[in-house]
Amino acid sequence: MGKHRHTEPPSDLVLRVKALESLLVEKGLVDAAALDVLIDTYENKVGPRNGAKVVARAWADPAYKARLLADATTAIAEFGFVGRQGEDMLVVENTPGVHNLTVCTLCSCYPWPVLGLPPVWYKAAPYRSRAVRDPRGVLREFGLDLPEDVEIRVWDSTAELRYLVLPERPAGTEGFSEDELAELVTRDSMIGVAKATLPGIGVAKATAPGGSGEAST
Amino acid sequence: MNGVHDLGGMDGLGPIDYEADEPVFHAEWERRVFALTLAMGFYGAWNLDMSRHARERTPAAEYLSSSYYEIWLSGLERLLDEGGLLTRAEIDARAAVLRAEGS
Repeated sequence: MGKHRHTEPPSDLVLRVKALESLLVEKGLVDAAALDVLIDTYENKVGPRNGAKVVARAWADPAYKARLLADATTAIAEFGFVGRQGEDMLVVENTPGVHNLTVCTLCSCYPWPVLGLPPVWYKAAPYRSRAVRDPRGVLREFGLDLPEDVEIRVWDSTAELRYLVLPERPAGTEGFSEDELAELVTRDSMIGVAKATLPGIGVAKATAPGGSGEAST
Repeated sequence: MNGVHDLGGMDGLGPIDYEADEPVFHAEWERRVFALTLAMGFYGAWNLDMSRHARERTPAAEYLSSSYYEIWLSGLERLLDEGGLLTRAEIDARAAVLRAEGS
């Protein structure tokens, strides 16, 4: 990163982080090699493809779906997706009449083992402040305009309990394999700001919110 | 704890800034702050709640104007300082050395 500034002196922030790391390594408080493993894990190995596998199996296998809704932590662990920030999980199911949306108003709680690290917008003030007050407006900002008769349930995550949305299985996917189904499951659909992608079309994929932004109150 | 981090329901914070195909990290220093914070968590001098509380004690104006990993850095420095593991003065001094070396 920072390639655009290659010839410029490092910023105070960059120097400060370098200073911090060098001191912690010298004091033996952290292991430099372990830092690289942590970064590689969360940048390259853990991410929403994990959650997509869970959702795809729930769509394909009713017995698995029942286990997932009854005890998400254990059912997700069947894939080996365990660990930090996923110690206690609850899966909430979207239906034609109910749409679920997850947020962390206090900070950034998010189910790391199945979704990886959260995107910046999830951690930023606009989403955190408004998801609990005007979820319908927030969803419209993501390009998802739900009918008024669809109930929206908002789940405010905590350090103790993390949520994963089980999106509705798109129509026209009868006979799809789990791998094919997983292709339709986006990160945003498991946060609840989008629906799963429609097969062969992709129109349900989240679009960038426009600049209009301000939700009516 | 009541504080500026408790954002649920607050008005006036603007539109959601969505980035398509967003990378996990946006700069190398973010990777380092993330990993240092996790590694120090494993060290065991504090728990997750203490770590969150340290970030929540970032002064309100600074909290709202900082990026996510800047808040993590602020929290980590606070915990290290309060835990007697590393003072901010030591970090300042090392940063000055690095700047002088042109690294």
